[in-house]
Amino acid sequence: MKPTDILTFTDLKKYFVIGYNGILKREPITVKAVDGVSFAVREGETFGLVGESGSGKSTVAYTTIGMYRPTEGSISFRGQSLFDGNKGRPLALKKEIQIVFQDPGSSLNPRRTIKQILELPLQIHRRDENRLEQVVQLLEMVELPPDYMYKYPQMVGGGEKQMVAIARALATGPSFIILDEPTSALDVSIQGKIINLLIRLQNEFHLSYLFITHDLSLMRNVASRVAIMYLGKICEVAEAAEFFRNPYHPYTRMLLSSIPVVSEEEEKLKPQKIISTGEIPSPVNIPSGCSFHLRCPQKMEICSQVDPVMVEMEEGHTVRCHLYGQPD
Amino acid sequence: MSTPSLLDIKDLHVHFDVYGGTLKVLDGVNFTVHSGEKVGLVGETGCGKTTTMKSILRILPMPPARIPGGEIYFKGQDVLKMGGDELRRMRSEGISMIFQDPTTALNPVFTVGQQLEAVVKYSIEGKKLSRKEIREQAIIPLKEVSMPDPERMMGSYPIQLSGGMRQRVCIAMALVASRELLIADEPGTSLDVTIQDQILRLLHQLVEEKNVSVILITHTLGVVREMTDRVYVMYAGNMVEAAATEELFANPLHPYTHGLMAAVPRLTGGGVSDGIPGRIPDYLNPPPGCRFHPRCDHAMDICRQEKPAFYKLGENHEVACFLYRDGEK
Repeated sequence: MKPTDILTFTDLKKYFVIGYNGILKREPITVKAVDGVSFAVREGETFGLVGESGSGKSTVAYTTIGMYRPTEGSISFRGQSLFDGNKGRPLALKKEIQIVFQDPGSSLNPRRTIKQILELPLQIHRRDENRLEQVVQLLEMVELPPDYMYKYPQMVGGGEKQMVAIARALATGPSFIILDEPTSALDVSIQGKIINLLIRLQNEFHLSYLFITHDLSLMRNVASRVAIMYLGKICEVAEAAEFFRNPYHPYTRMLLSSIPVVSEEEEKLKPQKIISTGEIPSPVNIPSGCSFHLRCPQKMEICSQVDPVMVEMEEGHTVRCHLYGQPD
Repeated sequence: MSTPSLLDIKDLHVHFDVYGGTLKVLDGVNFTVHSGEKVGLVGETGCGKTTTMKSILRILPMPPARIPGGEIYFKGQDVLKMGGDELRRMRSEGISMIFQDPTTALNPVFTVGQQLEAVVKYSIEGKKLSRKEIREQAIIPLKEVSMPDPERMMGSYPIQLSGGMRQRVCIAMALVASRELLIADEPGTSLDVTIQDQILRLLHQLVEEKNVSVILITHTLGVVREMTDRVYVMYAGNMVEAAATEELFANPLHPYTHGLMAAVPRLTGGGVSDGIPGRIPDYLNPPPGCRFHPRCDHAMDICRQEKPAFYKLGENHEVACFLYRDGEK
């Protein structure tokens, strides 16, 4: 049976106007943060989104959650568009999609107790239930003792703060959670606990995750499918295991070869040393053609002129590069 | 016959006097760097890695910091007893440090050139140079870190540069005078993985060329494996294990090192371990005995009472854990 898609992104674009050019004819200067992204997250899976800073992965997350309206394109949740006309998003839809931010130190209000933090979504989404009981239950879900509800965020450790943030996302009873680098602000020794908690919650409540990170080794262990983003576009999408066994896109190979690893076995999995060069260019002046051509070790003439299109190499493994099939 | 050590820290204690009492951060740290060696220092956030390095350069703010005991020898001289001139000479010619976050390490109101020139000017050999010569001297290290268009970069302010370029400037600054020891405090942590790779490769190459010794501080074990000859593992102000890099990765002994290794997600897949339960202890009231015992699966009675000494196992392997007090397990 083919799993159904829970969230579908169709040619999503988000441009930000950061200033104006010219005096008489004012031309807007835009940052193309997300520039034509299409993918689908399936029910119950963890979809990994990887990219360097400035690649637009967080913009995708924030657009999904409703912090931004897309410039073009659409996102639909179980067939229902998230941006319908000019009305705000219906409460029922807000309830379904939640987010956990990167740094729990700044995503939790320092002036509120954990109880107050967890109560807010309950007040809005689950009005008729016993609130105190709910808060205790939420804390139990994330393996925190109930007396934590009277503490303030700064009184607990970084890992525990992130667990509170996860509990807050769970409070509405969502079916889809966006995890925006949930462990990158934490030590490795705590990371494992958070990740395993997230996996357990996923199985228990049949959640779907959009997992954003820049840590590919972590991605290998949590995601079922992975997409690589570069300058607002997706370069490669594949099943996680397949992705690490057989990367196609030169950028993916560069990323993989840059990972510092701790064992010989892993060393063998890395593509032969592709030397990483250059840096991600500013999204204000995106290079012509394929946006990666400035850093690409295998660039050809066509790369600086024509933007490649997505081609399917194998079932479920697509790549956007001129090396694999040229447009006619 | 062993090679003479360049840096030798013996039983270093550092305390911080704060409102609630005394934070006993470093609790008898022993640390050695030989000439030409690349040493890694690993540990969780807050375990005292940076405090140790700052006490070597004597840049800890005192007060609140206090060094109640211990000795630090750099080339046979006791750093803790140095006067102003000697200290200045050590900082300008002997040891330099690259900080974790290049954005805060550079002064935002001066250009890259001004900052580099200042380093040249105040290093002892720079004192008799003319302005033109200072500028020439300052631009050399920028070229060495393969900075594109170094002439123009000299006139740029730090905010005009990307994170990777800023870190290159910091490395260039550390390389201005010929140094003997370079302390790199998480040089890639705030950067993207491809940029981190570039910076580390650059650092590696420069270190080989100039034959300087390096202390690389990091919490990424993979970086240590690729960059260093020998590794120290630190936990809550104590060194818990020291070994040659290959040896440590092949055969980690201390339960803490085990936990750290297991917590690293692997490219081969297979899930993530739960990590190490609990967290770094409160330095106001650190646990007695081995400071790791509240988090340790193998804790014995003696661990709660006595602090383990360093037990030598094999040629290049030392571990501070009672599990190994009778030699091989």
